[in-house]
Amino acid sequence: MRRLAPMLLAALAVLAAACEKKTQPTGEAGGQPAAQAPATAQGGGTPPAGDDVIVLGEVGALTGGQATFGISSRNGIALALKEANAAGGVKGKKLVVRVYDDQSKPEEAAQAVTRLITQDKVVLILGEVASSSSLAMAEKAQAAGVPMITPSSTNPSVTEKGDNIFRVCFIDPFQGFVMAKFARENLKLNKVAVLQDNKSAYSIGLTEVFRQKFAEMGGKITVTESYSQGDTDYRAQLTAIKKTQPEGIYVPGYYSEVGVIARQARELGLKVPLMGGDGWDSEKLFELGGSAIDGSYFSNHYSPDNPDPRVTKFIADYKADYNGAVPDALAALAYDAARVAIEALKNAPDTSGPALRAAIAKTKDFPGVAGNITLDEKRNAVKSAVVLKVADGKSTYVTTISP
Amino acid sequence: MAAPGVTTLTDVDTGRVPPALRGLLPVLIAVPVLALAEVLLGSSPFATYLLSVVGVNIILAVSLNIVNGMTGQFSIGHAGFMAVGAYIAGVTSLELKEVALSFLPVAASDQVLFTVALLAGGTCAALCGFLVGLPSLRLRGDYLAIVTLGFGEIIRVVVQNTEAFGRALGLSGIPQYSSVAMVYFWVFLVVLVARRIAGSSHGRSLWAIREDEVAAEAMGVDTTGYKVRAFVISSFFAGIAGGLFAHFVPIINPGSFTFVKSMEVVVMVVLGGLGSSTGAIVAAIFLTLLPEGLRSLFGALGAEGSLAQKVDQIRMPVYGLLLVVLMLARPQGLFGTKELWDVLPRWLPRKKKGLS
Repeated sequence: MRRLAPMLLAALAVLAAACEKKTQPTGEAGGQPAAQAPATAQGGGTPPAGDDVIVLGEVGALTGGQATFGISSRNGIALALKEANAAGGVKGKKLVVRVYDDQSKPEEAAQAVTRLITQDKVVLILGEVASSSSLAMAEKAQAAGVPMITPSSTNPSVTEKGDNIFRVCFIDPFQGFVMAKFARENLKLNKVAVLQDNKSAYSIGLTEVFRQKFAEMGGKITVTESYSQGDTDYRAQLTAIKKTQPEGIYVPGYYSEVGVIARQARELGLKVPLMGGDGWDSEKLFELGGSAIDGSYFSNHYSPDNPDPRVTKFIADYKADYNGAVPDALAALAYDAARVAIEALKNAPDTSGPALRAAIAKTKDFPGVAGNITLDEKRNAVKSAVVLKVADGKSTYVTTISP
Repeated sequence: MAAPGVTTLTDVDTGRVPPALRGLLPVLIAVPVLALAEVLLGSSPFATYLLSVVGVNIILAVSLNIVNGMTGQFSIGHAGFMAVGAYIAGVTSLELKEVALSFLPVAASDQVLFTVALLAGGTCAALCGFLVGLPSLRLRGDYLAIVTLGFGEIIRVVVQNTEAFGRALGLSGIPQYSSVAMVYFWVFLVVLVARRIAGSSHGRSLWAIREDEVAAEAMGVDTTGYKVRAFVISSFFAGIAGGLFAHFVPIINPGSFTFVKSMEVVVMVVLGGLGSSTGAIVAAIFLTLLPEGLRSLFGALGAEGSLAQKVDQIRMPVYGLLLVVLMLARPQGLFGTKELWDVLPRWLPRKKKGLS
């Protein structure tokens, strides 16, 4: 016990020492542009950043649970950069992107983004798909004063992190609204059950709005059941849902579970259509769901069937670069995000954080492949959504729903 | 990293230091060293972040070593205790965000409140450790492993479904009070505690339990009591580690405290050598920096980064492979049960009474 007292005193001493430092970082973030701050940091680490290149940073889930999202996004961004470089780059400089894997974990994303900002000294950050990872990144990017554009994080809180954080997709509540409207007006459903993924904020967010809007439009939610990402048996929940005799089931989860859910639903004799959000968007969905997923609908950012010439050109270019793979919405959004970034780089007087930030904020009616992008004052994109129908191992365009 | 070096220094010096100062000396050396480190690192956020992650992993590994290494009990739910600490400390800090102690400047009062939050997290984790440990540590062998595994999962599921903890999206907006000095002060404390335990009669009882529980009981060692105490101390520090983690990572979500995290810590302890704090520290540093080191290595290989981008994905398999090779080459772990001071060259003055 006698030893405890000096130890506590010492602890306080450390606190005092640490406190002096506390004021510095905040002053740094507020005052000077962060592009200068890391210049004093140690030089260890990575090469390029010569005078003739502009380095962009990207963080994505290249491994882990959401790997197909990360890889699609990376491909989309790489394509946009390739085109920009072929057209002569920006202000005579070539664009380079540094991609770091975050293993689908927020703390890894925070680490990767810190590395991008301080070691690689990127001028702008693109990423992530998963909202929790984007939130982690947004905090770091905002503090460092480096603008960040997330292609496809739909959780509303991401851009609320600060004025350096932008997105080129719509937000969760809108997707819930789109499906509720589609189910009620196009499919004319009266009774719908909900099966949400309790582990994902995305799923919970969509469910919340869907339930509210569907009820407002005069429909009835029979029951809300939950599962956890990574589960393999959903029969208990599906049996409970079957008892309520719904005319449709809203399953706003990710493709990996939805495929299995569809199979098990059909096994149990639930023939009603399933409905979901952009988390369904993966080739894997058809592999996992097979014919069970046929006749289901999901809301998405874009459809490859869209006859618009800029979409067809994007698809042709993408196919040529990636062995004939059809770009999914994440690739399209990432492509758009990169192009918005490039446009901002062209318009901004220099590549400092505040200049880029201002240039991005001015984005209006930008012709993206996933719809025209106008950023509102909350730095969210205002745009319409499409509803796709799944049949015969592919998804086909049904309709477009506007806000 | 400063901390372990500091403890050994004092060790070596103990013979010449007046007894009254012995308890204080490690602290007297550690504090200026940490303050200096903090000043030097002030302008490098990446190094700060990385060092903080390393520090948290050291705390986790060294504290788990008290249970898995010294006592020979196999706990695989360390991430669960870490989660308790992280969420309790995080929520406490969020609640106290607007509060400041009037008699202190804002920055100082923030740090005091941070410490309060940490202690709250640590205490809750210790309490959970007590509740989990008391029934399960009466059993032998694998049962503890299963109970701790279950506990870890329960915590994760509870957090996932609790609105106040941010559910699946996680808790964000926790004030980022943490600093390298703070993290390493706790590293220093946990190493000091582990070392003092190892050298005390309490520690000898733990070693006895590890070697032969029946024999230890026959010699009059209250095996359950000792095991529970070791477990509670270990949980406390896991909670502290979680609390620190919550204050420098911008968002904590249940995905960060899975079974995989627990296994990472177990791997650190086993790789370093069961029963060796030094081993746990070295392994924690090594395993935490390895993926980032590989990233730098690959970055250096591909000039324009095209190759580097491709190999960034095979970082984790390479990490796994290195682990397999290490365990094949040295199954007893890097240090076995030895500590740094046991392997120091002969010519250095050594402590008179042996450990272990």
